[in-house]
Amino acid sequence: MKKLLNEFLKGIIRENPTFVLVLGLCPTLAVSVSIINGIGMGIAATFVLLGSNIIISLIKRIVPDRIRIPCFIVVIATFVTIVEMTMKAYSPALNRALGIYVPLIVVNCMVLGRAEAYAQRATVVNALFDGLGMGIGFTLALILISAIREFFGSGQILGQTLFKGFEPASIFAMPSGALLVIGLLLGFFNLLKNRKAQ
Amino acid sequence: MENRLIVSSSPHLHKGESVSRIMWMVAISLLPAGVAGVVIFGLNALWVSILAVITALATEGILQVLTKRKVSILDGSAFVTGLLLAYNLPPNVPIWLPVIGSFFAIAVGKQVFGGLGQNIFNPALVGRVFLMASWPKYMTAFSRPLNYDALTSATPLASLKEGKILENISYLDLFLGKRGGCIGEVCILALLLGAAFLLIRGYISWHIPATYIASTAILTYIFGPRGLFSGDWLFHILSGGLILGAFFMATDYVTSPLTRKGQIIFGIGCGLLTAIIRLWGGYPEGASYAILMMNAATPIIDRYTKNRVYGTRPL
Repeated sequence: MKKLLNEFLKGIIRENPTFVLVLGLCPTLAVSVSIINGIGMGIAATFVLLGSNIIISLIKRIVPDRIRIPCFIVVIATFVTIVEMTMKAYSPALNRALGIYVPLIVVNCMVLGRAEAYAQRATVVNALFDGLGMGIGFTLALILISAIREFFGSGQILGQTLFKGFEPASIFAMPSGALLVIGLLLGFFNLLKNRKAQ
Repeated sequence: MENRLIVSSSPHLHKGESVSRIMWMVAISLLPAGVAGVVIFGLNALWVSILAVITALATEGILQVLTKRKVSILDGSAFVTGLLLAYNLPPNVPIWLPVIGSFFAIAVGKQVFGGLGQNIFNPALVGRVFLMASWPKYMTAFSRPLNYDALTSATPLASLKEGKILENISYLDLFLGKRGGCIGEVCILALLLGAAFLLIRGYISWHIPATYIASTAILTYIFGPRGLFSGDWLFHILSGGLILGAFFMATDYVTSPLTRKGQIIFGIGCGLLTAIIRLWGGYPEGASYAILMMNAATPIIDRYTKNRVYGTRPL
């Protein structure tokens, strides 16, 4: 049990996909303009990660090693299609906001990275907890980045304007702002880690 | 008796210069342009400059205390950064703008990289482009000089970009700074005074400014509005932030190439980019972006222009 908890928790802080593994930056940079977008992308990626981790761990013995990547991609694409269709049916606004980045989860290096580095060698239960932990870690990172960008870039949190007379800095709503925020957060977390190690 | 002959390693002669002394000299050389800016635009320009400098010093000190490094706010570098940032702002910006810009310039432009000597980009320009991208409406609202009425007006370059016929503005007006623009960039005479001081004392060399200004002039002359070789190159030299950028920001020791050959490449690159942005780009003025882009190219320029060590094969 403790081991499973460990598998689950490692994705949230110790091996956080965004801030430690630095994977899946493309959707992170693109959609983290508002918290709603961040949560939407986080949940979509978590679902895909969970599904693909479980299936890939199940089929690990029957997939020939040489064509494993195409097999993984087919599995991942299946779940992405489910996510995209569901999102189009129940939340068209979110789907429009996320745009091309929903189908692009197929090539998200975080999803493929977990399949390649973990799920194809792990038991189903372990892969499940790994996928869940990584997905939640990714979602939390997205929420952190998009909260900073939404607040400074448009003066809002979850679409609510907080202070009157606060003039938002539009750079944070632009792609350059995403790079800036992610870079500074990465540096900050590394600083904390180095301090702790000393 | 046996200690009479002491041989130490070179250098044996010392000029008495230090980083801090050079920085303060640069600060002094910048003063005439600031005084001119205050005379031309009024007291708000002074408050903007003072706030920018104080914030730069405070940010540097606080961050150095927080990261447990040696506090070096009196070495003049933060002072120069704050002052240069203020010189790159329009005179009537809201007073929080220089504060945020200076903070960003020092914190993200300099201290994040490890402080003086480590930064890739000119901190003052980092601050300026951050403000430009964040609050473009304040950064492009230029007030007229005091001796005209106090309405906002475009800079000469902005009018040119919009295809307007320039209101009869003479070269002398441009030279003396009677035009809309940023605090420290308008008075070419004052800037040249400061630059001459730096050049004569040997704090900067002619390589970057001369090649920068010349290449901008040549390109804007060739690609003029009425066909080839019809450009008003003198207008392009005297307007915008070219002179301020060429003498005081492109020559920053930290972010420009080390060798003479490299500096010439750097200057030409700055000049080409400035002219390209002015002639075909989306912005009326490109000096700050040109210098930042060439800052990014500096490590590779240094790599390919490394001086050959005597007696070794050519690189």
